Amino acid sequence: MKKPDLSVKVGKLKFRNPILLASGTVGYGNEMAEFIDLNSIGGIVTKSLSLKPRKGNPPQRIVETAAGMLNAIGLQNVGVEEFIKNKIPFLKKFNVPLICNIAASTYEEYVECTKILTKEDTITAFEINVSCPNVKEGGLQFGNDVKAVGKITAGVKAVTDKPVIIKLSPNVSYISEFAKVVKEEGGDAVSAINTLVGTAFNIITRKPKIKNINGGLSGPAIKPIALAKVLEISRKVDIPIIGIGGIMNWQDVIEFMIAGASAVQLGTVNFIDPNAATVILKGLEDFCIKQGIEKLSGVTASYII
Amino acid sequence: MVIVKAPVKEVIELENQIYILKLFAPQIASEIKPGEFLNVKVSDFCFPLLRRPFSVCDVEKDLVYIMFNIFGEGTKILSKKKEGEIVDILGPLGKGFNLKGDYDTAVIVAGGLGVAPFPYFLKELDKDKEVLSFIGGRTKKDIITYKMKNVLISTDDGSRGMKGNVVQLLEKNLNKLTGRKVKVFACGPNAMLRSLKEFCLSHNLDCEVSTECAMACGFGICQGCPIESTKDPSKYMLVCKDGPVFNIKDVVL
Repeated sequence: MKKPDLSVKVGKLKFRNPILLASGTVGYGNEMAEFIDLNSIGGIVTKSLSLKPRKGNPPQRIVETAAGMLNAIGLQNVGVEEFIKNKIPFLKKFNVPLICNIAASTYEEYVECTKILTKEDTITAFEINVSCPNVKEGGLQFGNDVKAVGKITAGVKAVTDKPVIIKLSPNVSYISEFAKVVKEEGGDAVSAINTLVGTAFNIITRKPKIKNINGGLSGPAIKPIALAKVLEISRKVDIPIIGIGGIMNWQDVIEFMIAGASAVQLGTVNFIDPNAATVILKGLEDFCIKQGIEKLSGVTASYII
Repeated sequence: MVIVKAPVKEVIELENQIYILKLFAPQIASEIKPGEFLNVKVSDFCFPLLRRPFSVCDVEKDLVYIMFNIFGEGTKILSKKKEGEIVDILGPLGKGFNLKGDYDTAVIVAGGLGVAPFPYFLKELDKDKEVLSFIGGRTKKDIITYKMKNVLISTDDGSRGMKGNVVQLLEKNLNKLTGRKVKVFACGPNAMLRSLKEFCLSHNLDCEVSTECAMACGFGICQGCPIESTKDPSKYMLVCKDGPVFNIKDVVL
């Protein structure tokens, strides 16, 4: 059998395969480039950017939980100006779609960041983070407010011709309502899901293990939730979905695609196995050959319910 | 920085549930420097999920050693590894100790498991430099002297060595340092490092410390291990990439 076609489309975006690396788990590319050939993966999503640099939260920022981890980084990032000056030149060297993730504190900041960054040819698309659980202002409030998500989608779309993906919060009752408003306001796709709000205590000191009290839960522990959210969107709203949540291996990727994802993002697994994407791609190819699948994209939303 | 599947050569229990795991990892053994660390995957499954960071304790030909106590599930699994089992390790990571410099005596200050990086440190140290080791712990059970030289001991409860903490022990023996060009190298709990910083600043001693912080990746992408910088308070440094060894003047402890 000839090599299976792993390429996928997410709306207007075309990727050589469905494996993207999630924001906050790939930095700005340079560390990961030591482990994997960035040109072999579908795309990378940069660490969330804000207009000005952000210092982030004080330690402790990370704690491991059962089959998962909580993080409260607090959107530490270099800011838009430094990103353009010092990070883009490195990323330019690769032939890999670059999705720039933006996290802001106000509607105006989302729009302003997009307006500046859209001038950069190296950036293929934007992913708008309306769902970071770890910063006091913005973040979670936007992600929980259908109207705010709609307004941000429309505002960002108005200042860029590049595709706009909205990263949705799972900390809501009906995620499909958010996907629906994204579609109505012209958003090109949604990513689902961001982390779930969680906490953990030290039983001796009785203090939260994370300085910020709450953190975002990620890792294999959240996979069933993420799959249910992807499926909900897929059944209710006609919008491309990028599936995220606890993917550790190629089987997980197939599961997300069956549930409705056109592409996926690897997150926490990059911390453990920075070359996971390479291993997963090989697994996907073998699976297609064994199953006689010529085009992997045909698996998207192939659930039988 | 490589990921290797390293066969276990041996696990030895020193005493009081302190273990040394010896792994066959030729490339890492040839590259790693004192104070650098490895991020070790203890299980093939999702629990424990994250790698565990360990300072390199020693290097012998193609073998790298790590030292640990049983702290949680991960270290419990590591303590039970048998010869020939494979352990997935990522390293060398971070910036280690700067052994060069204009000093004639290396003063080592270690609290509890803070001894871990120093056997390899001593092996790599120029042979013409003298060594004084100050080792402290809460009780005699916490005192580790594995491969250490010229050891002075203190315990909080007085069960071994001087009663008091290791910085007090250092202060009491200050006369041993007179007339020498000293550089201090330290590793231990944060409280110890904080009081050591005060001590070093007041006696104008150059000091490098190996710091510790919860982290996920170990190579700079998770941003989970911030440490406050004295030079630029507007941003954090990362323990995994900018450290774990810092000059004591450069970090807020």
